[in-house]
Amino acid sequence: MTSIQAVRPAAVTARGWGWRHAGRARPAVNALDLDIRPGERVLLLGPSGAGKSTLLHALAGVLGDSSAGEPGESGDTGDSDETGSLLIDGAPPRDRRGRAGLVQQDPETQVVLSRVGDDVAFGAENLSVPPAEIWARVHESLDDVGLGALSQDHPTSALSGGQKQRLALAGILAMRPGLLLLDEPTANLDPAGVLEVRDAVGRCLEKTGATLVVVEHRVAVWKDLVDRIVVLQPGSATEPAVLIDGTPDAVLDQARDMLMAAGVWVPGHVPATRARTTARRGGAAAHGAGRGAGPSAAGGVLLAAEQLAVSRAQPRRAGLRDGFRRIAPQPVQAGITTGVRAGEALTITGPNGAGKSTFALTLAGLLRPVAGTVSASDALSAGVGSDPYQWKAQQLIARIGTVFQEPEHQFVTGRVIDELMFGPRHLGYGEDRVEELLERLRLTDLVDANPYTLSGGEKRRLSVATVLAAHPQVLVLDEPTFGQDANTWAELASFLSELLDAGTAIVSVTHDQEFTAALGGTELSLGAPGRAGRGSREHGGGHHDLRGRELPGAAPS
Amino acid sequence: MTSVVTKKTSYNWRVVDIVVAALIAVAGGVIFWAWSQGANVISAPINALYPPLTGLYAGGWMIPAVLGMLIIRKPGAALFCETVAATGELFMGSQYGVAVLTSGLLQGLGAELVFALVLYKKFSVPALYRKFNLPVALLAGAGAGLFCGLNDSFTPWGWNIAYAAPDKLVYIICTTISGALIAGGLSWLATRGLARTGVLGSFASRKAATEPVFS
Amino acid sequence: MRDALALRGNRSVLTRANPLAKFTAVVLITFVLALSIDWVSASVALAFELLLFPLAGLTLVLLWQRGWPLILAAALGGWSTAILAPDTGSILVDTGIWSISEGSLQLGLGFALRGLAIALPAVLLMSCTDPTDLADALAQKAKLPHRFVLGTLAAMRLVGLMAEEWQTIGMARRARGVGSRGNPYQRIRATLGQSFGLLVQAIRRASRLAVTMEARGFGGAERTWARPSTFSGLDAWVLLGGLGIAAAAVGAALGAGTWNMVFLAQQ
Ligand SMILES: Nc1ncnc2c1ncn2[C@@H]1O[C@H](COP(=O)(O)OP(=O)(O)OP(=O)(O)O)[C@@H](O)[C@H]1O
Ligand SMILES: Nc1ncnc2c1ncn2[C@@H]1O[C@H](COP(=O)(O)OP(=O)(O)OP(=O)(O)O)[C@@H](O)[C@H]1O
Ligand SMILES: [Mg+2]
Ligand SMILES: [Mg+2]
Repeated sequence: MTSIQAVRPAAVTARGWGWRHAGRARPAVNALDLDIRPGERVLLLGPSGAGKSTLLHALAGVLGDSSAGEPGESGDTGDSDETGSLLIDGAPPRDRRGRAGLVQQDPETQVVLSRVGDDVAFGAENLSVPPAEIWARVHESLDDVGLGALSQDHPTSALSGGQKQRLALAGILAMRPGLLLLDEPTANLDPAGVLEVRDAVGRCLEKTGATLVVVEHRVAVWKDLVDRIVVLQPGSATEPAVLIDGTPDAVLDQARDMLMAAGVWVPGHVPATRARTTARRGGAAAHGAGRGAGPSAAGGVLLAAEQLAVSRAQPRRAGLRDGFRRIAPQPVQAGITTGVRAGEALTITGPNGAGKSTFALTLAGLLRPVAGTVSASDALSAGVGSDPYQWKAQQLIARIGTVFQEPEHQFVTGRVIDELMFGPRHLGYGEDRVEELLERLRLTDLVDANPYTLSGGEKRRLSVATVLAAHPQVLVLDEPTFGQDANTWAELASFLSELLDAGTAIVSVTHDQEFTAALGGTELSLGAPGRAGRGSREHGGGHHDLRGRELPGAAPS
Repeated sequence: MTSVVTKKTSYNWRVVDIVVAALIAVAGGVIFWAWSQGANVISAPINALYPPLTGLYAGGWMIPAVLGMLIIRKPGAALFCETVAATGELFMGSQYGVAVLTSGLLQGLGAELVFALVLYKKFSVPALYRKFNLPVALLAGAGAGLFCGLNDSFTPWGWNIAYAAPDKLVYIICTTISGALIAGGLSWLATRGLARTGVLGSFASRKAATEPVFS
Repeated sequence: MRDALALRGNRSVLTRANPLAKFTAVVLITFVLALSIDWVSASVALAFELLLFPLAGLTLVLLWQRGWPLILAAALGGWSTAILAPDTGSILVDTGIWSISEGSLQLGLGFALRGLAIALPAVLLMSCTDPTDLADALAQKAKLPHRFVLGTLAAMRLVGLMAEEWQTIGMARRARGVGSRGNPYQRIRATLGQSFGLLVQAIRRASRLAVTMEARGFGGAERTWARPSTFSGLDAWVLLGGLGIAAAAVGAALGAGTWNMVFLAQQ
């Protein structure tokens, strides 16, 4: 299609711009001086909590809305404040509605309406585009992001994570923004999905010539698409916000060490993590369990799955005519047999929607198996029965700790420190680890903050820390490393390797191949749902570069 | 060059006010619907005994009005939430048919008036919608309950239209008490609880947990 | 719950009518029936409504699944009216607190039928109306403020997702050591806690959705509509149908001499 006229790309100017969130002592962004020329493509980097999302929200004109214009006595110290100026085409972003389009990190909250066509049209409607032109734009945007094959009436609830992310992009493109703002647009996507979204963005920029600001922790994906890299540093009262600024090649050549120190994922470099000290027992563990060596067999298998079929859906009761039979739901994965030993890691990989999270939740005793069994060894269950699903909540958290894919689901208190103390207090032990966790996961400054106000990466770290604080023997982690900068990543991987050495078993679901390699152990690769394709593979551990490896389950068959 | 964000007292609804209010309301509609189903079960024995006592159960229908206002704190919140909640119940299949919309509208109005007028004696407009403490919440719940009772007893589509006058009176007293305790009291408690979790961060009610109870 | 809020594959005639036309027809029927409590007008309306159900794509099985609580409710309403309405004619039962007479029994019967005749068209209306179409009609034709209408529509989608969220939150809380098992007291406490957790999550999501909507330019005074809400010839028929049913009900009751405006008599 050729109907897209090139849009007028937007320019960004920041002069000493700063922002402090309500209730925070330190500014999220301080003294930002930045000029982005029309049509420039900028990759924005920086450690977790550096204020990248804050800047993007400000550019999209949605920051500060939260405290503006409320009734009641104001002026208390809890309010946010802004310094300096941040302008798009010479005017504050709020007055430039529609000039900037923001794709946020979380795909789920980016769907507004229940039909695909309506959802893409929504932004254009708000900008008062004439109806006839809206549909032309909708078709074009859906084609551009590779969703052209979907019908306009397709329900948005029936899309996978990757499809939702592309839908959000299409909705933004239909607004024809002069400034495209992408906040970790590929977090949670499988490696194939990452490339798809990146290529979709590339095609659109080619066509429209819009300005781009993209936030991502990993440079490799976007390196060839952008023509400038800007690195932010965490807001402080004195330092300026921009640490490094330059073309990708120049920055990667000259400031490589600085980048690495700032926690940026530089291509070809995996941060050093602590090596395992205890001798590995080799690969027999999972395979042994796989051949039916029960959990009670010697060798320290803590948790084993036998011919497991999993689904989120609960069994239904048939109607009167069928005698109220129990009808099992259609499993997303079936016939999984595996196990995890004390001191060993099991990694679950596979494409989006394969059922990885569902499997992990079942293994952790949170979902009832559709078929097959999950059984805990005597060493793990310590006398409360071998089926984790039957354990009481308190018995569960002392034995198996689970980190959910969506961190916010797990927050039960209003303060970071209470959140961390919650498990240990319930169990009556283990508060000793809290200090160390705060320190190592860089949460010390945030002890009094409300968990919901943390940045994406901080939330992730907190949810991991809350589970570690309860000292479980088996850890089940769903995407523990997404949204983490390289330094925090290395700290987390090292911490987990210490736990492995101390005899904890770790099951992790991840798209992060470096993480898989760092922990070593066994990899269980789940195929696309409904397909049987599945395989296990053994890692030697250490720091292998696993990029480019075909996942057995992901390969089309 | 420092520009502090301007803090103006505003009665305008922001997008976040609208979406969160609507959410409370629609979720309330689903709760309504469940409440209506429950009402059938619980009210069967009460009906056999003395039907006007079912009014004691009516407060559940009025939670969105009070809860919505306690959280959003913008004029019209009670009215909006209760009406949308009634629409939600209509979508789920209401035993009152489209008449449920008028009940919603009137109950919302009952609560709305209390919030608007509780300080009206000062006769200065900014004094409106300024208090959201426990007594006001209870009063608002009672207002909603009163209007609920009146709607059921005196409108042509009212459920109790054929009752004898004394029974109507008992019913109205019951709905008023129930509105105060269930809609007013529970909503007030819920707001404080929600404020404590921090999800109300973008609303004026974010400090509800530490506000004085009575003044 | 999610199914109840969405139409799946309903392709019947009435889904194509404008929601406002359908709504007006239903309001008309409801209002006329509300004026009188008598079994004739209620039965006539009820008969017509049952005839219309296939037009809305409803089958008898579906009707029963959605309709039985309504029948129960109508029966209870009829019962309470029968025992509490002022007595006329001979007394049939008297317990001291309440009594049933010939007159009040007839009133109760009429009330129960009327309750059904008022509830059914609403079920019919909602089972053939898509929330998105309704919102379009309300904002474009009825000129309600679009910010409120669309905000509500978006929130409605979230509520549909809450059913799934309920399960996830249950699991997440269990993973934090807050259980949902044990004796009834513990279970009730856990359910309350989980409901509260759901509310927290829902508000959180709504706040984030509001940011998304604003980032897409929502909130301005003007907007256009990609999907214009229109009236067609079908809508005239829908209105006529509503008018017809209402007229038939009143006519029949007046003809049979049962028309009874209770709400006037009582004041
Ligand atoms: N709504 C809020 N209220 C209070 N503080 C906030 C809020 N949002 C963010 N912050 C804080 O501001 C700082 C910057 O947050 P921001 O989300 O911009 O970081 P980020 O660079 O995007 O990090 P990440 O890579 O982890 O997503 C963090 O310390 C965070 O805790
Ligand atoms: N809460 C839910 N209720 C019902 N079905 C769900 C729910 N969450 C996911 N599903 C469905 O179950 C299937 C497996 O989902 P699951 O979350 O386990 O996949 P995943 O492999 O973890 O994917 P991702 O990499 O995107 O996290 C998917 O097809 C999805 O549509
Ligand atoms: Mg961020
Ligand atoms: Mg997952």
